[in-house]
Amino acid sequence: MMGSRIGTAAFAFFAGIGTVAIGLLAAIGRVTAFALTTIRRALTPPYYPGKLFEQILHIGWFSLPVVCLTAIFTGAALAQQTFTAGSRFNASSTVPGIVVMGIVRELGPVLVGLMVAGRVSSAMAAELGTMRVSEQLDAMTTLRTDPYRYLIGPRLFASVLALPVLVLIANCLGILGGYLIAVYKLGFNATNYLTISRNFLEWDDVAMALVKAGVFGFFIALMGCYYGFRATGGAAGVGDATRTAVVSAFILILLSNLLITVTAFG
Amino acid sequence: MSVPKIEMRDVTKAFGGNKVLDGVNLTIEPGESMAIIGQSGSGKSVSLKCILGLVQPDRGSILVDGEEVVGTRGAAMTRIRSKFGLLFQGSALFDSLPVWRNVTFGLTRGRNREPAKMRMIAQENLERVGLDARVLNLRPSELSGGMQKRVALARAIAPRPEIIFFDEPTTGLDPIRADVINDLIVSLVDDLGVTALTITHDMASARKIAHRVAMLYQGRIIWRGPRDRLYDSGNPYVDQFVQGRAVGPIS
Repeated sequence: MMGSRIGTAAFAFFAGIGTVAIGLLAAIGRVTAFALTTIRRALTPPYYPGKLFEQILHIGWFSLPVVCLTAIFTGAALAQQTFTAGSRFNASSTVPGIVVMGIVRELGPVLVGLMVAGRVSSAMAAELGTMRVSEQLDAMTTLRTDPYRYLIGPRLFASVLALPVLVLIANCLGILGGYLIAVYKLGFNATNYLTISRNFLEWDDVAMALVKAGVFGFFIALMGCYYGFRATGGAAGVGDATRTAVVSAFILILLSNLLITVTAFG
Repeated sequence: MSVPKIEMRDVTKAFGGNKVLDGVNLTIEPGESMAIIGQSGSGKSVSLKCILGLVQPDRGSILVDGEEVVGTRGAAMTRIRSKFGLLFQGSALFDSLPVWRNVTFGLTRGRNREPAKMRMIAQENLERVGLDARVLNLRPSELSGGMQKRVALARAIAPRPEIIFFDEPTTGLDPIRADVINDLIVSLVDDLGVTALTITHDMASARKIAHRVAMLYQGRIIWRGPRDRLYDSGNPYVDQFVQGRAVGPIS
């Protein structure tokens, strides 16, 4: 009797794991199919360069203020923290190097990715979700316009193009934030600080930051569009789509960042 | 005998365990105006979406001018869709675009080309539905429900389709505005010589717009006949529905 109960509980446990695993694989399959459909259709005419430009403006230009503030404050805080921690080991001279490497390799791309995901993924999911539940996407299809080409493709490509530019700007400003704190508060020599920073910075670091940015941009737009496109059930459904899009984008950004970092430095 | 404009043969569609269409057979002749009546959730909108290829039936065949819709995709489906105009229940106007770009969206396929010419075309179509040039630059959110319906109607007719679908055209409108929309639909169908399919549960609308009426109940067409027979159908389900009685075979 007891053995039978344990057997049933164990079966239910493994069945639960199996169900979750199958659900996860199915979701990955659906997202992959969505991404491939978008890329395939967006690369065939009709093209919408105006929509692409509009989205670059939305994703890139309008994200600049929040990205700039995030970068400059983070760079400054990183310099202060590195100096405080380094002082305990007589290693405060490592501030420029750690700020440069920390910002360019990790904090710049990740923070920009997360900030833009919060701003852009949610907006895309809300906009497309509203269009879905109010039948605007069906209306577009009946008017012989493919939503994959008109709406999703431009968002996906604009995000992949805009994120590296944002990350480049954020990296420069992050280093500037560290420089300002180091020179004007912590008493570093300005010329020395810049020389050490320049010596520490390698082109591989910049290239990796840009690759990360492109990948993050892809995930940000993909999650926003995917969940918005599949929204159902009115306002509550759009809310769910928006939340899920942002959370999924955050997770994918952090996961892909880890994978790229481990692959590059592992 | 001419080829039917639209022919549905044994069309079945289920969502999960819910069978929405259960062997629908319907034929619409060229130039005919047909109305499908039925309760909410009886599958009227799904029927329209199946014909337009927005929803794939599980079984059956749908022919438009003798051409199979079920399973057709890509450019072939786009070509078939170019025969259709659709007035959505909630208008489904594009919030982000001004009225004139909404009206000409089907002509430009979303691109902002030949704006002067497109504005003229939009104005012509808006005048046809009783709106003047003052609304051209307004956003849909700046229009009343009745005006949104008219703009949606102008958008549906702007590409001069051969077939127009009207999905609950009078829902959400007061009786006077509803009758204005009905009159507009009748005149558009007559003037443009199109084939029309209207789904509605507004009996006044069905009697005014349609030449023939069919009733959809539990996923099947249970009655069809000329509009004059609607209140004299001899079918207890239709009688209960058109008279709006709570008691009867429809639970």
